[in-house]
Amino acid sequence: MNLKKTFLPLFNPLSKDNPVIVQILGICSALAVTAKLEPALVMTISVTAVLALANVIISLLRNTIPTSIRIIVQLVVVAALVVIVDQVLKAYNYEVSKALSVFIGLIITNCIIMGRLEAFALNNRPWPAFLDGIGNGIGYGIILIIVAFFRELFGSGTLMGYQIVPQSWYEAGYMNNGMMILPPMALILVGCIIWVHRAKNKDLQE
Amino acid sequence: MNRQSNLYTVIYSVVLVLIVGVVLSVVYQALRPKQEENISNDTKRQILAAALIIPENGQSVSDLYAKYITDSFIVNEEGQKVDSNVDPFDVNVSLEVKKPANERLLPVFVCNLDNGVKYIIPVYGAGLWGPIWGYIAFDNNGDTIYGAYFAHQGETPGLGAEIEKPAFSSQFQGKDIFNEQGDFQSVLVVKNGQEPASGAWVHAISGGTITSQGVQRMLSNSLEPYTAFFKNLKQGKEAQK
Repeated sequence: MNLKKTFLPLFNPLSKDNPVIVQILGICSALAVTAKLEPALVMTISVTAVLALANVIISLLRNTIPTSIRIIVQLVVVAALVVIVDQVLKAYNYEVSKALSVFIGLIITNCIIMGRLEAFALNNRPWPAFLDGIGNGIGYGIILIIVAFFRELFGSGTLMGYQIVPQSWYEAGYMNNGMMILPPMALILVGCIIWVHRAKNKDLQE
Repeated sequence: MNRQSNLYTVIYSVVLVLIVGVVLSVVYQALRPKQEENISNDTKRQILAAALIIPENGQSVSDLYAKYITDSFIVNEEGQKVDSNVDPFDVNVSLEVKKPANERLLPVFVCNLDNGVKYIIPVYGAGLWGPIWGYIAFDNNGDTIYGAYFAHQGETPGLGAEIEKPAFSSQFQGKDIFNEQGDFQSVLVVKNGQEPASGAWVHAISGGTITSQGVQRMLSNSLEPYTAFFKNLKQGKEAQK
């Protein structure tokens, strides 16, 4: 078996077919949870888990789903998985679950998930669908983490809650950039990442 | 069977929903005790945080709570203890603050520290995006704030959300909620440059004006019904039956 082809669904979404910066999906949550690094990380893990499992389940069911209600079936599966993730977080990582509050529930509305189920899981076998789910989850997460890294560093002077910018800088007149904390800055950062990415990948330019 | 037929579609959706329903209820039942423990531990952590007790690594919140919180009771607006089957810990403050002051159940948690007895009062109000709440610990003179803890559901990170940081809540330490005449004055949350000449005040959070005003309203609304209880404390009397 051609190894490269097998793992294409895993590696393609990381850069060339990245859900956030190429497919422009999931922008909404990329703005909402990236003010700090830790929620961005947990969001990444949660979305990756939901996406991989939903992809596998829909792929297993793909030959039984009646076409007239396929979107509803996908929604039910995704919603069930999201509720399970939410319950598990509440039981085992209460602090982070409090920090993410409604955004876990809003994974259901993340366009990446429905997009991948429609575009990939319905037409592929479970194993490639699983890889596609992991790949897209991580591709989404990479962008979240890059954005959260810059927003937390320049907006709060911390990373993962630890102080990075030394106190002496503040005394010398350095100030945290309040704009970084607000959602519009996430949009600008995502725009910058897209700019750099397209400049490197000429074939993506339209 | 024809996958496009109505019968197949109906049966398929019924079976799917049944399976999902069973899975979800099993998960919910299995995780519920753990979740309830988390929620009650979180409340205990917040109550202790008002008395400036922060659990160190490895310290169990419920042990600390059992050690320091020696008593808890409910008082009414007249400052008298209420005989009630309700555990003060289980009083839903978010509902109580909406009632008229004379109908409220007012929980008090008694905290025994090395430097004296503290009385911890829950407060609850509205911020910009959602509810804000907290616990305020008072010295046993029934006037001076010993420590404060604030939390919020979804205030703007870096702006309104800063109320949960010690940088904000530590400002309340040592403030008196009664003025020299002995009238209730609460603690004002004011902008830089607008400090009143007298009274108790702390600095608001820049960029978090509405949340800061919410804190001010929450304090006066939640603490005022305790006036009689505090006055009793001030005269050296505990709450009476």
